[in-house]
Amino acid sequence: MHKKVHVQATINNEPVEFLCEPRQSLLECLRDILGLTGTKEGCNDGNCGACTVVLDDRIVTSCLVLGVEAQGRKITTIEGIAEGHKLHPLQQAFLENAALQCGVCTPGFLVAAKALLDAEPNPSEERIRLWLANNLCRCTGYDKIVRAVKQCATEVNA
Amino acid sequence: MSSQFQVVGTRPVRHDGADKVTGRALYGADIQLAGLIHGFVLRSPHAHARIKRIDTSKAEAFPGVKAVITAADFPVTPDRIVDLGEGDTPLSYVRGNMLASGKVLYKGHAVAAVAATNVHIAEEAASLIEVEYEPLPCVLTAPDAMKDGAPILHDDLRMKELGEATDKPGNVAEHFRHVKGAVEDGFQLADKIIEREFSTATVHQGYIEPHNATALWNNDGRVLVWCSTQGSFVVRDVTACVLDLPVSQVKVTPMEIGGGFGGKIPVYLEPVAALLSKKSGRPVKIVMPRQAVLEATGPTPGSSIKVKIGATKDGRFTAAQATLAYEAGAYPGSMVGPGAMCVFAAYDIDHITIDGYDVCVNKPSTAAYRAPGASNAAFATESVVDELAETLGIDPIELRLRNAAKEGTRRADGPKYRKIGCVEVLEAMKNHPHYKAPLEGPNRGRGVAVGFWFNVGLPSSVNIAVNADGTVNLVEGSTDIGGTRTSIAMQAAEVLGLPAESVLPSVVDTDSIGFTAVTGGSRTTFATGWAAHDAAQDVVRQIKERAAALWETTADKVKHSRGVYSCNGKSATFAELAAKLGETGGPVVGRAAINPRGVGGSFSGVITDVEVDPDTGKTTILRFTSFQDAGRAIHPSYVEGQMQGGSVQGIGWALNEEYYMSADGVMQNSSLLDYRMPTSLDLPMIDTHIVEVPNPAHPFGVRGVGEANIVPPPAAIANAIYRAAGVRMRRLPMNPPAVMEAVWRKP
Repeated sequence: MHKKVHVQATINNEPVEFLCEPRQSLLECLRDILGLTGTKEGCNDGNCGACTVVLDDRIVTSCLVLGVEAQGRKITTIEGIAEGHKLHPLQQAFLENAALQCGVCTPGFLVAAKALLDAEPNPSEERIRLWLANNLCRCTGYDKIVRAVKQCATEVNA
Repeated sequence: MSSQFQVVGTRPVRHDGADKVTGRALYGADIQLAGLIHGFVLRSPHAHARIKRIDTSKAEAFPGVKAVITAADFPVTPDRIVDLGEGDTPLSYVRGNMLASGKVLYKGHAVAAVAATNVHIAEEAASLIEVEYEPLPCVLTAPDAMKDGAPILHDDLRMKELGEATDKPGNVAEHFRHVKGAVEDGFQLADKIIEREFSTATVHQGYIEPHNATALWNNDGRVLVWCSTQGSFVVRDVTACVLDLPVSQVKVTPMEIGGGFGGKIPVYLEPVAALLSKKSGRPVKIVMPRQAVLEATGPTPGSSIKVKIGATKDGRFTAAQATLAYEAGAYPGSMVGPGAMCVFAAYDIDHITIDGYDVCVNKPSTAAYRAPGASNAAFATESVVDELAETLGIDPIELRLRNAAKEGTRRADGPKYRKIGCVEVLEAMKNHPHYKAPLEGPNRGRGVAVGFWFNVGLPSSVNIAVNADGTVNLVEGSTDIGGTRTSIAMQAAEVLGLPAESVLPSVVDTDSIGFTAVTGGSRTTFATGWAAHDAAQDVVRQIKERAAALWETTADKVKHSRGVYSCNGKSATFAELAAKLGETGGPVVGRAAINPRGVGGSFSGVITDVEVDPDTGKTTILRFTSFQDAGRAIHPSYVEGQMQGGSVQGIGWALNEEYYMSADGVMQNSSLLDYRMPTSLDLPMIDTHIVEVPNPAHPFGVRGVGEANIVPPPAAIANAIYRAAGVRMRRLPMNPPAVMEAVWRKP
């Protein structure tokens, strides 16, 4: 057995402590230790984007980050996007635009799209496609996802 | 949208939407149970080998390990033929694909499984299992596997030929033939005959959620399963069958499913998890690593296809002939059957012969993939039709219209079409602004193609319970991959005269609803929606009785229109009557269990503009319009979503995706980096045009839209590449090296 490490981090604006093995990924820690199963595993090697979270101010694939690397850092997951009962405008736009089918990639897309709108409030279609290119979706063909992000940006800026 | 409906044709927010945008929806891998331990499956490094010996003792002794199993842990029962929803198969093949026995037949074939306190320990312990293999030569394509002297996968396999058992050993599990008319006579009538050969690579469905299963062999003997599947009853029946249990001893709870496209119909993990649970006394969860998903599940067959079509000068097809050889993978059962049903399905041709070959090769056992087998076949047919159009000097849509299948056309495999929308789809394409828009610039071209999928019916069950607040709870057994809770609930809402939001749908476990077949074959909105319609009618019938009781009349005198019940000047809304159920006789539950006939096939079409980079051979999709006959679009946004998703899978199939195999049968691109599916940056918006030629058999005219949309894209893109770069591409994928090679070889 591997000796566990004590980690303190801020997750979705709450202080969190957990014990993890040094080999466990942040994705595993979120899902299996902290019960934050909204972050999904699609490939476990950084290629599908389903496990996208915000680490400090960058979006990362949490399967490629070790749990111990979360020490002292700020993390936002899909569970931290809505404000209480109020959906984030992006979440609302995804629903209104039918921008999800099976929904398993949706948490990663929402986290990445929110990071985009935080950085660039009024992105072009090209910029949306570029920012979301690390997130694979096999159901939608991306059309309605791109439209949802665009509509959200337009409405929020209006 | 026609005004005859209030709910059908509108675009409500899906009922499970909030769960799915907040991360609360629970998928298979999200389940946590008290005492849960984790499984890992050891897989073969060889594509073909005899298993000489397996020694699990070191793994069993590893700290943290709770159970280790191999195929020897399956119950000992004599082999028999079972039909588990996908045709007759020997039980030994079903079990053999879950845990290999005697031989491994592909790289990644499951050999043993370990359960331990965490997945890392299980994986470490699995690496300590000693398996002694005797490697055997492997065979990877249908043409090679059909040669004399090819390595043989199954020593006991004997070919079925033209419906009869034979004593011919080999890798060809079946050769069948469909005949209509006399094909040689038909070719005699032709002024122009074109015959071409095509091949397509093995591709994967590519769902983002890996396969997973959690099982608990409970102390009362019942096996409880939680998993991601397209068919909870299939999982129940397969698990019971391979574990030699009565079906009532297995309960399957379908969790949310992260994509399937046909690839989550087969059962890989559930019985393995159950056996690990039996041995360990603990619930066991297995989540498949992505590499295993690519190497051991899914793929849809690579194929070799020859198509010959004859036409008169004025563009009338006189005869058509096809030979289709599809790779079944390790076990018989490729998608050549449906491929043969669809290869000429869009055309009304008097003389047709179609030969199909189902061929075992040392690749994973193939599975359905969205209109399985039809995209391969349409790639061949629609390419030849395009070449005929060019040769005859006829517009490619016009040529298709002159030969389009219609009501009364008999397909070569037997069925005669009822009302279908092939002509309507072609007319919509011809009249669409995309087809009329000029396409300017060098290295650009426009291509068109059409496709067909027959759709299926199969059983579905729905119960609807009335709530006192005027809403209803609808329970059903079709796992929801793409918004079908809502398309089913909307059909009940239409009958009840309620808003979609007043019907609360749930997908429930196999103990809680009648048998319901898989979410597949484009059947869910059609068949389970039909069951919802019928169950809602059952509710209406009972509510009429309650109103009659209140008004002291008989139910036949009570009228119902859009949620309002009336009789002799008295009237009450559904909600008012629902509030009085207690005083009129107690709860009302409507139910329907159906096995519908009257499936309406769906035609689809694509117009696409591409640009081919003359220096690299890379094809860029500039514009793409998908057309499909939905029959009736219950929720148009999700119909469009199906069309867009199928289109983009077709684009990936056309341009990038393939299993890149080494000579010894090892997939060289077994990650989502190297098995490259389209990203948002590779694509334009995907325009859609829904055609509605109602299916006369269905209460709302539904045909089902899940599949036909993936059929035409590869052919349409090939035809566009021809006009852009002057080369006819006859092999998928049409990736940059393939296009460059064709350009260099161009005379």
